[in-house]
Amino acid sequence: MKSAVIVFPGINRDRDMAMALARFTGRAPQMVWQTETELAPDLDLVVLPGGFSYGDYLRCGAIAARAPVMAAVRDAARRGVKVLGVCNGFQILIEAGLLPGALMRNASLHFVCRRVHLRVENNETFLTRKLGRGDIVQAPVAHGDGNYFAEPATLRALEDEGRVVFRYVDGTNPNGSINDIAGIINRDGNVIGLMPHPENMIEGLHGRTDCAPLFESLVSA
Amino acid sequence: MITEALIRQHGLKPDEYERFRKLIGREPTLTELGIVSAMWNEHCSYKSSKKWLRTLPTTGPCVIQGPGENAGVIDIGDGDAIVFKMESHNHPSFIEPYQGAATGVGGILRDVFTMGARPIAALNALRFGAPDHPRTRRLVAGVVAGIGGYGNSFGVPTVGGEVNFHPRYNGNILVNAMAVGLARTDAIFYSKAKGVGLPVVYLGAKTGRDGIHGATMASAAFAGDAEEKRPTVQVGDPFTEKCLLEACLELMASGAVIAIQDMGAAGLTCSAVEMGAKGDLGIELELDRVPCREDGMTAYEMMLSESQERMLMVLRPEKAAEAAAIFGKWGLDFAIVGHTTDDLRFRVRHMGEVEADLPIKELGDQAPEYDRPWLKPRHPAPLDLDDIRPPNDLGHAILMLMGSPDLSSRRWVFEQYDHVIGANTAQLPGGDAAVVRIRHDKGIALSVDVTPRYVEADPFEGSKQAVAECWRNLTAVGALPLAITDNLNFGNPERPEIMGQLVMSLSGIGEACRALAFPVVSGNVSLYNETSGISILPTPTIGGVGLIADLSRMATLPFKREGDAILLIGPHGQHLGQSLYLREIHGREDGPPPPVDLVQEKRHGDFVRRQIGLGVLTAVHDISDGGLVACLCEMALAGNLGCRIDLPRAFGHAELFGEDQARYVATCRPEQVEAIILAAKAAGVPASWIGSVTGNAVAILGLATVPLTQLRSAHEAWFPAFMAGEI
Repeated sequence: MKSAVIVFPGINRDRDMAMALARFTGRAPQMVWQTETELAPDLDLVVLPGGFSYGDYLRCGAIAARAPVMAAVRDAARRGVKVLGVCNGFQILIEAGLLPGALMRNASLHFVCRRVHLRVENNETFLTRKLGRGDIVQAPVAHGDGNYFAEPATLRALEDEGRVVFRYVDGTNPNGSINDIAGIINRDGNVIGLMPHPENMIEGLHGRTDCAPLFESLVSA
Repeated sequence: MITEALIRQHGLKPDEYERFRKLIGREPTLTELGIVSAMWNEHCSYKSSKKWLRTLPTTGPCVIQGPGENAGVIDIGDGDAIVFKMESHNHPSFIEPYQGAATGVGGILRDVFTMGARPIAALNALRFGAPDHPRTRRLVAGVVAGIGGYGNSFGVPTVGGEVNFHPRYNGNILVNAMAVGLARTDAIFYSKAKGVGLPVVYLGAKTGRDGIHGATMASAAFAGDAEEKRPTVQVGDPFTEKCLLEACLELMASGAVIAIQDMGAAGLTCSAVEMGAKGDLGIELELDRVPCREDGMTAYEMMLSESQERMLMVLRPEKAAEAAAIFGKWGLDFAIVGHTTDDLRFRVRHMGEVEADLPIKELGDQAPEYDRPWLKPRHPAPLDLDDIRPPNDLGHAILMLMGSPDLSSRRWVFEQYDHVIGANTAQLPGGDAAVVRIRHDKGIALSVDVTPRYVEADPFEGSKQAVAECWRNLTAVGALPLAITDNLNFGNPERPEIMGQLVMSLSGIGEACRALAFPVVSGNVSLYNETSGISILPTPTIGGVGLIADLSRMATLPFKREGDAILLIGPHGQHLGQSLYLREIHGREDGPPPPVDLVQEKRHGDFVRRQIGLGVLTAVHDISDGGLVACLCEMALAGNLGCRIDLPRAFGHAELFGEDQARYVATCRPEQVEAIILAAKAAGVPASWIGSVTGNAVAILGLATVPLTQLRSAHEAWFPAFMAGEI
């Protein structure tokens, strides 16, 4: 499988993501700088990793969503290439219009880094096919702006169409997200965004390996 | 015209000014006065502490670079080097907690990546005033948010630290930040300039008017006017720092860098002088070329600005274009602002005028040095144990202790720090030491420690204890302790009793480091920590690094399995002097601190590390604040498993809460008990079976039983309730 990791200034989980992709796909992903205007034509997966692109000095993800490389990412998404945004990457996908809704400041107004429990709500996606529907996995979150919101019509569509991929459960919603939403997928089924960091829970060193099946899903897709 | 008032404003003593005037043979310009005040203040020159710092052991088989550079460097094998240092940002954090703490983190990260290392971990040691002091809550909130705000955005995991409260920090909090980086042993970068006529390059953020005289402020006591000093605090920009990190590492890999120095305290002045003085070269600066954020900045302002996220480098001229391209990519300013000379002068030109022309060596490594008078501290009176009556309800005492400000869970704090970024964090906050993987099975352990109430009672023993506890914490996870950085926070050294604390403390640190083969490779001295004549508790914070060769054998503190046997390694406790129990339950802070027998410390620790390496221990935790009981409670809470402790009948509160040193609690499978105790005996280490992991309460037979649910709510409740203003 051929993957690329998009790097904007201020992104800081690019190395974590690259390590995880290399571990599961058997080859290092291409690291693509934000000024590139084209992506390799044979990519299977584009990942927007976590961090603080452009310092998050405007709305999180707003500046990155307008960087040159995003035209190529949009184009790839249109062609059906799988796109995954994690944390800041999720915020960028929303700001770029590739996913609906908004990610607001955490309800606590604090940055929060802790493990949460996620229920797999849809196991027919490219990120969850190795898991069962209703499975509960643990994953760390680390963000200040992960409070997902969408207006009623969008929210209804997301829920009715099974496009909520992960939901915080067991009282672990860390940010006040509406309907406990932790991750969603687009209507075409090839763009996923989530706030938790699966790349930080895949090997014994991380204390648990709950998120290994997510990467196994990516590879098998 | 340099007036007496002007000299005083610059923090120079009359005799220091006189010395300077004689040195240059004329009256200085205002810019020169600013430069010398920046170089000769306590913060930059270590003029009160230098004589005593020299007594510390700074060499050892693993030491690549000891004190004197941006950070210390040690060799951890396989071509890997660990670069680390701790530094204080006390005064700025008291004035403006968010920015003060944030720029403290930024400064120490820069020290580490200036040497060619990618930061892989950050830690901090924080001391606040009494919880009921009206300022404390706001300071805690601001400092924690500032540390998180900078470190999280920069992208370094903040993996450990300490947070404590004491009324003696009411007017002067402590924010000590430690950064740890990974480099290759053959690619370490130094600040010593080499070669004449080479370009001196400025890079990073633009220079503004912030932080002017920050280092001078940090070299004086507050007199209740802290609020007015807010403009001397810098403003941090972690995004620029992250770009600066990536740009510097790219530039270093390109082979363009001859020497590099970050602009920290006293900004452009200090960095240029240090690079020149260390390399026995002169430096000439053209200030017209310095990238400025504001119009009309004077030479004086540019030389003293402490704007953040800036670096100074000496570059290979043939690589200048390549370097400019790298900095352009990261959106950072890059300008050739001067060159090296062979005349040992520090010359500054601005708008056609020579604003400063000073001898560079005397400014830098030949700054004044003092042998200040000091008084030997008095030994505290011994504690009369008969004088302390055990409480009727020991269970209640345990709950109070575990829910006290200094022993309660720090979850509220560490959840605001990203501690998992990097994907290499092997031990989360809450363990004895943080552990970060280097690669494959190799990792390092990190810990910051000091118990200021011990140091206050006896600076010599208390400082030995700080080193010993750090060594013990590293040992408790199975690491071999390698080296330390120290951050010496004291009051006004012009007072002989404070100077006495510093002298005795350094003597204690030195003795412990020698006995434990634990050299000091970097550090920072922060003096004048007092407000309106009230000085802080003497706080020599010790930050240690240890090596774990095989992470699969790393020890952790949670109880693991029902039925495991619990062993006490080391003797039973009896020392209640200066214990947390004495303070929290009896409201007394007296007696001598627990003495540290360094030979015993080493013997017990080496034994524990060997057993961890053999893989026979299932959990390990060192005994410190709160004694045996606090240790057991922490292991039980972390593992969500209770224990049943069976102590000899005559035992009481001294055995439960004594803070005697060189002790650990460990667990193992019951069938291993005999072999471990025999091995301990052979090694000359006291070891005894004290109970088993079982049930859902911490039960100490005949003395107290505390259900885990109650223990957990007491332990978790205090911090969030305090921050919410409910206490």
